[in-house]
Amino acid sequence: MRSVHARARLRARGGEWVVSAEVWARLWRDTRARIGLIVVAMLLLLAILAPLLARHDPIRVDLLRQLQPPSAEHWMGTDVQGRDVWARLVYGARISLAVGLISQSIALAIGLTLGLIAGYFGRWIDDLVMRLADVTLAFPTLLLLIAMVAALQPSLMVVFVTVGIVGWAGMARLVRGQVLVVRQLEYVHAARALGTPDFRIIARHVLPNVIAPVVIATTLGMAGAIMAEAALSFLGLGVQPPTPSWGAMIADGRDLSQLRSSPWTSLFPGLAIGVTVLGFNLLGDALRDALDPRTV
Amino acid sequence: MSRSLLSVRDLVKHFPITRGVFGRTVGAVRAVDGISFDVKEGETLGLVGESGCGKTTAGRAILRLIEPTAGQVTFDGVDVLALDAPRLRALRRRMQIVFQDPFSSLNPRMTVGAIVREGLIIHRLAEGAAAQARVKQLLEEVGLRAEYANRYPHEFSGGQRQRIGIARALAVEPRFIVCDEPVSALDVSVQAQVINLLQDLQRDRGLTYLFIAHDLSVVEHVATRVAVMYLGHIVELAAADDLYAEPLMPYTQALLSAVPIPDPSRRKQRIVLTGDVPSPADPPPGCPFHPRCHHPAKDVACTRIIPPLETKADGHLVACIKQLPTRITWEEQQAAGATMPPERYVPLALATRS
Repeated sequence: MRSVHARARLRARGGEWVVSAEVWARLWRDTRARIGLIVVAMLLLLAILAPLLARHDPIRVDLLRQLQPPSAEHWMGTDVQGRDVWARLVYGARISLAVGLISQSIALAIGLTLGLIAGYFGRWIDDLVMRLADVTLAFPTLLLLIAMVAALQPSLMVVFVTVGIVGWAGMARLVRGQVLVVRQLEYVHAARALGTPDFRIIARHVLPNVIAPVVIATTLGMAGAIMAEAALSFLGLGVQPPTPSWGAMIADGRDLSQLRSSPWTSLFPGLAIGVTVLGFNLLGDALRDALDPRTV
Repeated sequence: MSRSLLSVRDLVKHFPITRGVFGRTVGAVRAVDGISFDVKEGETLGLVGESGCGKTTAGRAILRLIEPTAGQVTFDGVDVLALDAPRLRALRRRMQIVFQDPFSSLNPRMTVGAIVREGLIIHRLAEGAAAQARVKQLLEEVGLRAEYANRYPHEFSGGQRQRIGIARALAVEPRFIVCDEPVSALDVSVQAQVINLLQDLQRDRGLTYLFIAHDLSVVEHVATRVAVMYLGHIVELAAADDLYAEPLMPYTQALLSAVPIPDPSRRKQRIVLTGDVPSPADPPPGCPFHPRCHHPAKDVACTRIIPPLETKADGHLVACIKQLPTRITWEEQQAAGATMPPERYVPLALATRS
């Protein structure tokens, strides 16, 4: 009842929020979305409040406290260099989140722009962009990432950029496909008949009507980017030690005897990756249902 | 009702059919295959035909929403097809379009006010509060309430949406509007309201319409003159009264015989068209209508001679070599293998139609 009233009030104000208020309401009714939102929110809190939550220095080596099991002092134990696993996990969340956000922003900026242009203008521009996308997509993603990082110096910045650049092609394809559908709708013809400049048609008529699948793909892409960073760091091609990254933390503990005797060093970062990726995927799937244009 | 505002000459639009990775052109869909007509200032020219006959393509090619393959379009003395982008944009103020589908013709993410305002802003006709006031005025002019400006299209019915589309077209003060099946998607009762609105606007603003439709009774109600299209060609063009009283093209006769007459005492003969409309990618040779024609004098010459659109009576143009008079002489027809001499043929039931 209250949500009905809230919606009515929003409509009375006549803002652009009518649709998104309904989307939020629908999203919150979905259990998957709630779980996803909570996981992502917790990850955000973890990353922002890292200095308050960590309780130990994530980098300082203390060889006297190597491989201590989880205790009241060290909630997730310590690693082979005596560093607190919880502290490293919390700071690692910053890296994962930053990779997800920045790389997806890069993928979005390139993919959305090129996808809009290719889909709207068609002809040789479309051919050019789509063949470039085909070339990018023809490589196995991880192999391409490894090749690019290896060609440059492995660093955090390189990871951001490479994951983003590799992700542009999928985004461009998705956007182009949507644009092809929207482009031949009558309201786009009407805008052209009015003499609306192409740029304005793209910005005001095409973009707002292709944005829903883009939001979904970006959310799902975050999960992919976090996994990609973890994989690169695991291989030593990502974030360089001693900076804490979940992938690098798993790699630190991967020695077989250590894995047997002190599994916490790899287990907790592994769980963190799993839960984070699951959270983004759940959120993305729920968004897909909530933003479905057929029900908006 | 004197000079012509829009003049179309030999307009052609072929859509290429491509095949294979290299996009080799293997043929063309002849959507519009050389049509010519004039639309006079202040009149309504009805353009009718079955689905797929090219009438919508013709309307859009005239506005250059799709680029015509060949031909000439002159609007108020201006060669429309020769215009560069900035000049074309300026001309778009004068030529507008109202679409068929009231659901896909309005951007679902824009308010009604923003939709109607767009033309004002693009052509710098009004800004800010003045634009706001103009939008309200336009909405009232098409029979909507001014407060609707803040709402979204999904809150409206089909008829109301069509009114919004009309307001959008009117915002830039056009002289000529292509009405592309503006009422086909509406309920009958709503159709009448929208048609009345279009007619009121025409009277008040001196508008000229190209009214595209497949419903002959709607066209009879609104049109001054009517052009009938079949497979990308105009096959008959006449004043509406003449065309409905005495259709001369066998195709038009068949179409009109299918229109119900609301009088149970009147018996009428129905001409049932057999077969499907041929594919515009592979049109029949000669007269495009010959495979389905019921004219008693139809013979092999119809498959060989492309009938010119010629005058059969005052202001009544028909493309049929078997309907007298014709400038394709009997000798020429015989040379093409004709066995049946042309004769004037109008089915009785149609000739006595009110």
